[in-house]
Amino acid sequence: MDIDPEDVFGDEDDPENEFYQEDQKCVSHFEAAINSISVSLKTQIINRSYDEVAICFFNTKEKKNLQDLIGVYVFNVPEREDLDRPTARLIKEFDRLQESFSKQIGSKYGILPGTRDNSLYNALWAAQALLRKGSTKTADKRILLFTNEDDPFGDMKGVTKLDLMRTTIQRAKDAQDLGISIELLPLSKPDDDFNVSTFYADLLGLEGNDLAEFKALAAERFEDIKDQLRKRMFRKRKVRRINFIIPGGKSIELNTYAVVRPTNPGNITWLDSAERSFFCSDTGALLQDPPKYFQTYKSENIMFTANEVSDIKRVSTGHLRLLGFKPLSCLKDYHNLRPSTFVFPSDEEVVGSTCIFIALHRSMLRLKRFAVAFYGNSTHPQLVALIAQDEIMSPSGQIEPPGMHMIYLPYSDDIRPIEEFHTDTNLAPRASEDQIKSASSLLKRIDLKNFSVCQFANPALQKHYAVLQALALDEDEIPDVKDETLPDEEGLARPGVVKALEELKICVYGENFKQEDDDTMGSQKTSETSNKRKALKELTVSELKHYLNVHNQPVGGKKEALISRILTHMGK
Amino acid sequence: MARNKESLVLLIEVGPSMHGVLPEVEKVCCLLAEKKLIYGKYDEVGVVAFGTTDTKNDLTVEVGGYENVTVLRDIKVVDGALVDVLHQLPRGSARGDFLDAVVVGMDMMIKKYKETNKGKKRLCLITNAVTPTRLPYEGTKEDQVKTVAAQMMAHGMKMDCVVVRAQKDWDVDKKIVEENDFLLGLLSNKSSSKVYVGNATSLLGALRTRNITPVTTYRGDFELSYIMKIKVWVYKKTCEEKFPTLKKYSDKAPPTDKFASHEIKVDYEYRSIEDPKRVVPPEQRIKGYRYGPQVVPISSAEWEAVKFKPEKGLKLLGFTDASNIMRHYYMKDVNLFIAEPGNTKAILAISALARAMKEMNKVAIVRCVWRQGQTNVVIGVLTPNVSAKDSVPDSFYFNVLPFAEDVREFQFPSFSNLPSSMQPNEQQQDAADKLVQMLDLAPADGEEVLPPDLTPNPALELRSKDPSANIPQIDETLKRITEPDPELLHQNTAVIEEFCRSFELKENPKLKKSSRRIREKPTGSSEDGEGVAAAGQAMDAAEYPSQVKVEQDSNTVQEFEAMMSRRDSPDWVRKAFQSMKDKIYNLVEDSVEGDTYQKILECLVALRKGCICKQEPEQFNDFLRHLNKFCHERHLDSLSDFLASNNVMLISKSEEPESNVPETEARVLLLKEP
Repeated sequence: MDIDPEDVFGDEDDPENEFYQEDQKCVSHFEAAINSISVSLKTQIINRSYDEVAICFFNTKEKKNLQDLIGVYVFNVPEREDLDRPTARLIKEFDRLQESFSKQIGSKYGILPGTRDNSLYNALWAAQALLRKGSTKTADKRILLFTNEDDPFGDMKGVTKLDLMRTTIQRAKDAQDLGISIELLPLSKPDDDFNVSTFYADLLGLEGNDLAEFKALAAERFEDIKDQLRKRMFRKRKVRRINFIIPGGKSIELNTYAVVRPTNPGNITWLDSAERSFFCSDTGALLQDPPKYFQTYKSENIMFTANEVSDIKRVSTGHLRLLGFKPLSCLKDYHNLRPSTFVFPSDEEVVGSTCIFIALHRSMLRLKRFAVAFYGNSTHPQLVALIAQDEIMSPSGQIEPPGMHMIYLPYSDDIRPIEEFHTDTNLAPRASEDQIKSASSLLKRIDLKNFSVCQFANPALQKHYAVLQALALDEDEIPDVKDETLPDEEGLARPGVVKALEELKICVYGENFKQEDDDTMGSQKTSETSNKRKALKELTVSELKHYLNVHNQPVGGKKEALISRILTHMGK
Repeated sequence: MARNKESLVLLIEVGPSMHGVLPEVEKVCCLLAEKKLIYGKYDEVGVVAFGTTDTKNDLTVEVGGYENVTVLRDIKVVDGALVDVLHQLPRGSARGDFLDAVVVGMDMMIKKYKETNKGKKRLCLITNAVTPTRLPYEGTKEDQVKTVAAQMMAHGMKMDCVVVRAQKDWDVDKKIVEENDFLLGLLSNKSSSKVYVGNATSLLGALRTRNITPVTTYRGDFELSYIMKIKVWVYKKTCEEKFPTLKKYSDKAPPTDKFASHEIKVDYEYRSIEDPKRVVPPEQRIKGYRYGPQVVPISSAEWEAVKFKPEKGLKLLGFTDASNIMRHYYMKDVNLFIAEPGNTKAILAISALARAMKEMNKVAIVRCVWRQGQTNVVIGVLTPNVSAKDSVPDSFYFNVLPFAEDVREFQFPSFSNLPSSMQPNEQQQDAADKLVQMLDLAPADGEEVLPPDLTPNPALELRSKDPSANIPQIDETLKRITEPDPELLHQNTAVIEEFCRSFELKENPKLKKSSRRIREKPTGSSEDGEGVAAAGQAMDAAEYPSQVKVEQDSNTVQEFEAMMSRRDSPDWVRKAFQSMKDKIYNLVEDSVEGDTYQKILECLVALRKGCICKQEPEQFNDFLRHLNKFCHERHLDSLSDFLASNNVMLISKSEEPESNVPETEARVLLLKEP
């Protein structure tokens, strides 16, 4: 299996009658739970669509589960196993569930005095059974428990209560022993805080500090579920294992990871079949065999078979060979071609690799140098720069992992001397001290203090996900996606910023410069023609020629010329 | 194609002072010509040598002077003859005057193209500039250079000066060198680029093969805010040069047809899945995107209506400290932002910002939409590029930054949390420090080795050498790119040795050999079984000579059965068969007076069982026949007899329906054949 169901989660819900009778303005706990599950399903189907999920209510009137336990209802839709990947249909029907809930499933408090029924026990049992599928080695199994009742056995008394509590906690322990983790998401009543210690602390096995932290974390988790970015998640997986050869014959083992890669909207599946056929362009004959390749060289055709082509490409060894070190200042900003690759040492096969790596890493950090190496990758043999990156930690976790980043360097063939393309005999104008000074004051004004590289979500991608979700779920309107990448208009309109900008403008452009006005004046005059020109540009050359033909105009020249001719003709 | 066509005149000094480096120059120029044959086969190239004993050029005939300048080749489209010319450059005996050569080269260009081909004419001067230029008839040398530069500008010519300074201690006159450098500097400041190169590798990189006419990605306003806008042009600064794609070959054209293109056209036809008879025009194809396990169809019309449509433009988001942007977040090839050429105010504005940013160590964050109708936005960082050359305006480099979705938050262990056995001790750290310090590619007093701007792509060089040679050989010049410089290593032998002594590497003993071997096997499965298996065994045998033998003897049958029972890939079965057959052959070859016969029998029985079980009787039958023949050739008939007596026979039709062997023949073969 390529992608494993890494995270299986069973949701349970505990609706109680009292909430329906409550004030309508206040979102009931049940609704809150349903909403947050719905949001998390919608995110999950994009972020980790191979994860499997089951939804199970307890304290219900109806029962529907494999073991036929009372008060437990496993919600599902056709064409789907109880525990399976989320589908559009599941999300759709789950969204509609709120209206039909009381009719279809209904709620009934399951733990009543006088009976030995224990719906919480049943629910845990059902969830454990649902999570039987798959091994704990490849999957991370979780039960998320949504409830508002901090004391489920409150109505019970004496020995029965103790007994029920004991069996329920035992059930939870059994599940945990099987590698299933149980997480509690408490929904507290407005006038009454959810008291974890009454019962659930024992069930979850919380003690001491954990207990104190639990509440804060629980609230955070709820927020997290709601505000998750739709972002495809990738499991940490090494791209390749490479040997890093150091002069003197030492060869250490490194793993490479793709930490930064552009995310695309996902694979396109064309909904029609494509057929490809080859024709000989000389004779028009249909060709069957996989063709040979050729290249013209000294006006001869040199032939290659497909195997030979791949042989030629495979000249290199796949090793990373250290050539030497340079100071960081030698790495220029234009020495870049592709996203970098992260390398981290491994002692899996060669013991001692990590030690050498750490030693080099520290030296490079301290001496502010980077390593130059030749990476004999089979498709792109390339010179690379290895930059040591120290670990950066924040209270919420690791921001930058320790290791080295492999930056692919361009060759002279790849670098274009653009700067010199427009040089003329005159000296290039240079800004004066004053101008630089006023630019500096602008820089100070528009300063993004805590800018972090990945603070923006890709608006195109978020829009794509939103559209996809709307279409898949037959939603009527497409949700608006906020484009976070637009400049902060308000910030730029602050008087300080405006003043700095005006100053720079006068300083550089001069007092009487009226760029905007020139533009608008000019554009008003020409706008009509330019609009027409734009419209004509949309047409194809043959369409343009058709017009010219009809009006007895010459049809020669490039598209640009055709458009001009049409415009002059129309202007007459 | 013709768009990027360029004409180039190579001006090569061949005087006595150059003789030492001429072999390198020949090699490099040949490579250049060979590359041109592939990348720019419509380019036109002329060759002029100066410092030659003879004189042969138009100017000397027309106006006199210009001695010791020989036109080796007029400006013509590149061909094989060009390579031949460059392969054998004449060795001259006269002193070369580069100014004369430049004038001759310009004259050739002007005569050939007149006013056309502006910006696509290039002179490439290869000299060491140690011989003095002649005094002009009138005015100073400086005036003459200025006139030449002005002429060049007027005709839209560019010039690259490659100054070869290989041996520093050459017996040269300091004053002349200084004067020449000044003149070349003057020339380059006015019109072109000049590079000094120290070695052959960078000489190769300095000679640009293809002169690409750059195309702007964007022209328009760079918006600081609605108050202030700057007119900018954006170009690509780096762009990966690729080997030209090979064309598919058709042999249908009659051999007599000399003008046959031999090309192949590819035609696509799309059919609807519900109704396979209906052909769908390409623009009506429907895309589907995955949503969970399902595929959601989105027609292009629907998509058009709702997709993200940002407005074209470049907008400033703000400035931030350069340290906030880590180098490894640069995502793509690099762009260059320059002020609109000729627009002094825009150039000033860019210059002011760039210099202020450089001073304060800041960078700018910008949001870019290059074209109208583009469906995404790009967030990137502008870093200042303050020009060192007076004629070149200041500019910005632009690098694309990742979005939140593009960064994967993988967690890695802290180095400090790793066990102490993985932590370097003081002495080891010291050795590493020394290595990092001493293995220096950019010495403070010398030239940077392998600067990207002068390092050619060895793969492109290799492949352009001679496409018909299958496995190209890396020559010494290119080895400097793929392997460490032996000289540098030699200088630092002590440091490297100490480093190696300080650290110990060993194979992980916990990792089982078998698991390692098994892991490697599936990767070879795409290859032809036999060769790889043999090679793999040879390697294994070399690594663990003694253990492997023992293991082979004892577990062959178990190992075979284990492999057969694996279900994760059908390749395992084939592998199992193959390795079993190899082992049986080995056993047969190793046998001394029948001591391995029992073993062979066991293996054969296992293989036979396996073949029946996997319904591949022919695998076994073929093998047995082959083995029989093999025994016969080696006079091992005793083995055949042994096997026959133990009832090893072909798999017959009655045992396994797939077999072609009738039951009656099954036993006969072994006994009677050969």
